[in-house]
Amino acid sequence: MSFTDREWWTLVHGMVLGAFFLLAFAGGLAELYSLKPALLTRVGVQSRMRRVKVGVVAMAVAAWLTVITGTWIVYPWYREDVASSPRSTLLADPSTAEWHEFGMEWKEHIAWISPILATAVAFIVVYYGTNLIRHDRVRRTAIGLFVLAFVIAGIAGAFGAFITKVAPVI
Amino acid sequence: MARTERTEPTSEPDDLPPVTDKPEGPISAAIIAAGIGAAALGLFTTLAEASATVKDWLQWNDRVGPLSGKTLLAVAVWLAAWAILHVTLRNRPFETRRALIITLVLLVLGVIGTFPTFFQAFTSE
Repeated sequence: MSFTDREWWTLVHGMVLGAFFLLAFAGGLAELYSLKPALLTRVGVQSRMRRVKVGVVAMAVAAWLTVITGTWIVYPWYREDVASSPRSTLLADPSTAEWHEFGMEWKEHIAWISPILATAVAFIVVYYGTNLIRHDRVRRTAIGLFVLAFVIAGIAGAFGAFITKVAPVI
Repeated sequence: MARTERTEPTSEPDDLPPVTDKPEGPISAAIIAAGIGAAALGLFTTLAEASATVKDWLQWNDRVGPLSGKTLLAVAVWLAAWAILHVTLRNRPFETRRALIITLVLLVLGVIGTFPTFFQAFTSE
């Protein structure tokens, strides 16, 4: 019972960083949502702000690490010009070719939008700090971009999971 | 003495820390730059498909292929746009709502540009 180096990296890219990303998103979203004057006090706001900052920065870091490991470590193995590579395997069979031609082609590109959006949100939260509590418009904008970053990562992650199921990197 | 967080809701605004009014300009700059980065990625993806010359030029790393150039260039455009917009808007009260609308349009363009059905329609022979 063991994993190859390639399988380990696929696990790190998809599961370890994916779980970290999900956790950071859930925490960051909950804290961002609750940054309302009616739910905060002078004492509580300090620890609440700290948690928001940790959540959004952690999600941005997780998103960057995911796309960097995916593009620069796992993807070269996926697209190797040999008959046994996942890309070759998928394209060899007309019934699975669409997993590459649509799924992988979309995933490998769209994934990079997520860390860009997540970084913008992290900047907003770190720069604006406690001002977010009273400036509802900015807070809602940050939440909107945060959710968009998550949805885009979700599309890429879902296709990654499906493609790995059909043609894993071994 | 350890501080404990009060969790009960309060509607007293005076109970909150004072607000240091920062301009929204830098926030708007970050938001618009993100949209520009997304649109740039869509543009490079479509251009690489439409032109074999562009595709070859974007192959900055042989193992990764053209994806290396597309993504690194999009990140460079995003950072450059952010720096320029930050300097331009840093002291301006540029509303985040306007920035968000601009960014959503750019994001849609970015998503369309990276959508296989769209960019594969431009595939060069």
